[in-house]
Amino acid sequence: MKVLLSWLREFAPIEGDPHELADHMSDLGMAVEETRILNSLDGVVVARVADLRPHPKADRIQLVDVEIDNGDPMQVCCGAFNMSVGDLIPFATIGTVMPDGMEIAQRKMRGEISNGMCCSAAELGLGADHDGIMILPDNLETGAPLMQELGLIGDVLWDLEINPNRPDAMSIAGVARDLAARLNVPFEIPQWPVASTGSEEGLANIEIADGDLCPRFTGRVLTSVSVGESPLWMQMRLTLLGMRPINSVVDVSNYVMLELGTPNHTYDLSLLSNGHVGVRRASSGESITTLDDQQRTLQPNDGLIVNEEDEPIGIAGVMGGASTEISDSTTSVLLELACWEPESIARTSQRLGLRSEASARFERGTDWQISVTAVERFCHLLNEITPGGIEVVGEVLDVAGTTRDIISVPVRTPRVSMLLGREFSSEEIRDLLTPIGFGVEPTDNGDVQLVTIPSFRPDTETETDIAEEVARHYGYGRLGTTVPRSPDAGQLSPEQKLRRVIRQAMTGAGLIEAMPNPFLAPGDIEKSGLVVGEPVRLLNPLAVEESVLRPSLLPGLLTAVSYNYSHRNTGVELFETGAVFAASDDSLALPVENEHLGALISKADAFAAISLLKALGSALKLEFELTNTDGLAGLHPTRGARINIGDTEVGLVGEVDPAVLRSYEIEDRCAWLNIRLDLVIEAAIAVQGTPYQPVSTFPSSDVDLAFVVADEVQASAIETTLRNAAGEELQSLRLFDVFRSEQLDEGVRSLAFSLRLQANDKTMTDEEVGAVRQRCIEAVESTHQATLRA
Amino acid sequence: MSVYEQIAEAQAAAISEIEKTDDSESLKAIEPMLFGKKSTLGGLKRLMGEVEEEERAAVGQALNQAQQDVREAHASAREKFESLFRRAQLEAERLDLTESLETPARGHLHLVTQTMERLEDVFVGMGFTVSEGPQAETDWYNFEALNLPAAHPARSMFDTLYLDLGERTEIGDGDGGEATNILLRTHTSPVQVRVMEKTAPPIYTVCPGRVFRRDTADASHMPVFHQIEGLVVDRGISLSDLAGTLNEFTAAYFGGAISSRLRPSYFPFTEPSAEFDITCVICEGDGCQTCQRTGWIELGGCGMVHPNVLENCGVDSEDWTGFAFGFGIDRLALMRYGIKDLRDMYTNDIRFLKQF
Repeated sequence: MKVLLSWLREFAPIEGDPHELADHMSDLGMAVEETRILNSLDGVVVARVADLRPHPKADRIQLVDVEIDNGDPMQVCCGAFNMSVGDLIPFATIGTVMPDGMEIAQRKMRGEISNGMCCSAAELGLGADHDGIMILPDNLETGAPLMQELGLIGDVLWDLEINPNRPDAMSIAGVARDLAARLNVPFEIPQWPVASTGSEEGLANIEIADGDLCPRFTGRVLTSVSVGESPLWMQMRLTLLGMRPINSVVDVSNYVMLELGTPNHTYDLSLLSNGHVGVRRASSGESITTLDDQQRTLQPNDGLIVNEEDEPIGIAGVMGGASTEISDSTTSVLLELACWEPESIARTSQRLGLRSEASARFERGTDWQISVTAVERFCHLLNEITPGGIEVVGEVLDVAGTTRDIISVPVRTPRVSMLLGREFSSEEIRDLLTPIGFGVEPTDNGDVQLVTIPSFRPDTETETDIAEEVARHYGYGRLGTTVPRSPDAGQLSPEQKLRRVIRQAMTGAGLIEAMPNPFLAPGDIEKSGLVVGEPVRLLNPLAVEESVLRPSLLPGLLTAVSYNYSHRNTGVELFETGAVFAASDDSLALPVENEHLGALISKADAFAAISLLKALGSALKLEFELTNTDGLAGLHPTRGARINIGDTEVGLVGEVDPAVLRSYEIEDRCAWLNIRLDLVIEAAIAVQGTPYQPVSTFPSSDVDLAFVVADEVQASAIETTLRNAAGEELQSLRLFDVFRSEQLDEGVRSLAFSLRLQANDKTMTDEEVGAVRQRCIEAVESTHQATLRA
Repeated sequence: MSVYEQIAEAQAAAISEIEKTDDSESLKAIEPMLFGKKSTLGGLKRLMGEVEEEERAAVGQALNQAQQDVREAHASAREKFESLFRRAQLEAERLDLTESLETPARGHLHLVTQTMERLEDVFVGMGFTVSEGPQAETDWYNFEALNLPAAHPARSMFDTLYLDLGERTEIGDGDGGEATNILLRTHTSPVQVRVMEKTAPPIYTVCPGRVFRRDTADASHMPVFHQIEGLVVDRGISLSDLAGTLNEFTAAYFGGAISSRLRPSYFPFTEPSAEFDITCVICEGDGCQTCQRTGWIELGGCGMVHPNVLENCGVDSEDWTGFAFGFGIDRLALMRYGIKDLRDMYTNDIRFLKQF
């Protein structure tokens, strides 16, 4: 919402530095996005178009001769084609510095001299319109400084951001009311009495069939109307506030909307049988041709205005119909100034894609108590600007639907003080609320006042809402600052601490954390070799390439590695922790959402992922068990293993399937680790606080054993057997060599283990060490058909 | 030759032998000639029996002195040889330390994670816990419980991504049945609701996490981004408590030169509502391009938890009051490092990621 100082001042004597006034408005919750002091725009003058002719060498510019005094016309090159000979236009003479800082100089355009610039409203900062040159009213003096002619020098234009809960601030009057209260100056909405003649009876009547849809419908019959051009001052105000002047009737309509926040509509009364308008909801299948000549199909909840024949003549609060539109020949008008149910307007305008200044106000809720004043303002203005005046007929037509009750809320001074953290007195609260239109009455209890909420503040309903008004007008910044303290110590949960430990284990191993897009294209799942029943899809994705929620971290990390490969960065080591999604079996539950850890190490075989897993195990004090498994989804068919903690499967490890790597154009092997983070963290919490093992003070002995074992037997199985056989004196067990050779048989390899034995309570004798050694050899040989290698 | 002359001659001979050696080995080789019974000086000990009683002490002293001198000459020679040897050995080990070929790579946390952890740490220091919740949420947790019923106009403030759940899918249009709508949370506020549902006040918690909006990616928007929200529910919590808490956070996170201020605003889930601004971190309030010469930059939204929200979560709004606040994490990360385009954080280019 833009507001102009001179317009605000018609409601309250607002004085002050424009930037300080801007700070006040921001502090009242109407954030000022721009403050513009209209300056004299030296060098911009009113000019008359004397001749128009094509540029000999360019299609997109034409040559314009402009006259600024009685001297010779000057030639200008101009890219706009909207003016005619005789039009008055703003003209920037040579040497003019434009609002954007550009200085106008004489120049040549495709061989033709240009002696200045014809200006659009936007170029002058006078409006949003930059489609064409601004055409000025023809009663201006040619050659006169433009801003002086327009009477705008020194005025201030603010652009305000108005929150959805402030319908009142969608008007000049509303902003003036708030600002006047802050500045402690009086605010008043003037009365605009109009003289009327005759009676409206028989000329027009209004019927509301759905009172919830239309809380109030006021109207007035106007005759002797002649549609013409509105005066310059009105055109300028509309332009500065971002609206395009059209004709006297439309301009007055928009002016009243901007001034009082009351959108309104005019019908050509001669096109309404018996002057009848009705209000009802649409039934399905109905349609209407709107003012923009579009055929619109309606739905049952849309609000409609209908004629005596019950045919739609307007979509309530959104757009009028073409059939009753006023035209240049219109002489009698029915003015509609209605209130509409906000939700209904919001739904309809959103569905039809018809958002307008009017719908924006109706959606927030317009003031039903100002209707008659606004009708009078309309009549007053149109009468004033129409040469010879108009006839205002009879009385205001005023039909009520279901109006919102004016409510009074008991407001407890101590409660307001507690909510705001400052001790207010009842008088202070009263004095803050009264200037913004709230009624405040004392009650028998000095701490409780009865606050009546004005009709222009439909957002305000409760004591808490009123406390906000008190805070707003007192000033948020003037309330104190206190810091409440939790009775408990702040800390991360054990899960959150362990998640950090896991990330540190990854970075400690040299990996870089990536954040790939969690949205996938439908083909990504197959492309990465995954097998997923039904992935979770988005109903309204931005693009089909981002329409599936990832069921795994693998596609995203492959994409990230592939991206780096395509930028000549190979040997990329990435990890990610994050949620993956699966459809739930329970039709009433949320999708299954688990937190995973994924690590993808390019230019590395599966053992790089195993090392990472071991680093993780060491960080979390967990033992992971591996089971070699062929054909795991996404993994190299013969280089993959399931990861278990006890009986719980917690992930997969190995290498990415070479076929998948090819489809991602990654030309190196990639090690892949995928862990269910939630399960691993749960297991890590379970082993936290395991008691410490005293360090033995007795000497230790090392035993090295190499076995020839069939390839089918997992090394980890031998380890388990050794661990069980060695018993409690085993301090550590390490696989230190794997050896395949022609000297050995086909299909077997040698696995060499180093065992460190140590007792806690004595020095182990050679015999005791030998006994452990023997137990280990026998156990491995008998369990795994292995042989000790001499 | 007198006894003394014999001693002097033997001493001179021994020292001359020492001087002839040129390393530890040759020195070691002559040690029998220098010390012990078989050495010349050692052999002179037998003269002690041949001198007069009254001379004996003087001769003994001369002999001891001579032996002492030889030992010292030997020790000094040995020390010299060892030192030369050590020096030669160290010289042989000389390295050009700039010849290093490969450095073990250190990993890097993503900038968003680093920022999130920094924020969590500041709030933990202020006595907050950290709460989390699902990213796929019901309409109830994301909207309705937060005082945003289906037809609420403010729902248009959130461009929401809904999940396609086959027959269950039903985008709310005000006709009821919205509770089964499942969507990607548009803020972390549903976590606040879940915390209030299961925890009795007092509550002091922050909810960091990933959120989603149906926004086309550009330099300052991503459909997937990160937020942190804070929630305090306790007896007598006031708007001043909110202002003070945000001040304390601002000073702790950005440093003492940066402060915060509140401006009235509107959110359906808070009343009173506010935007909170911080002193521009670039110009520290003097006014610059980043802050459009205002000296302030908008950080996030906040306010007193709306009584309807408290009641929806089973908290008695007469006994307890609370405040909530929230802001974007990604933008903080951009601001800190002067990154111009949000999308750079999500290309996963290691040349970018390695810088943090």
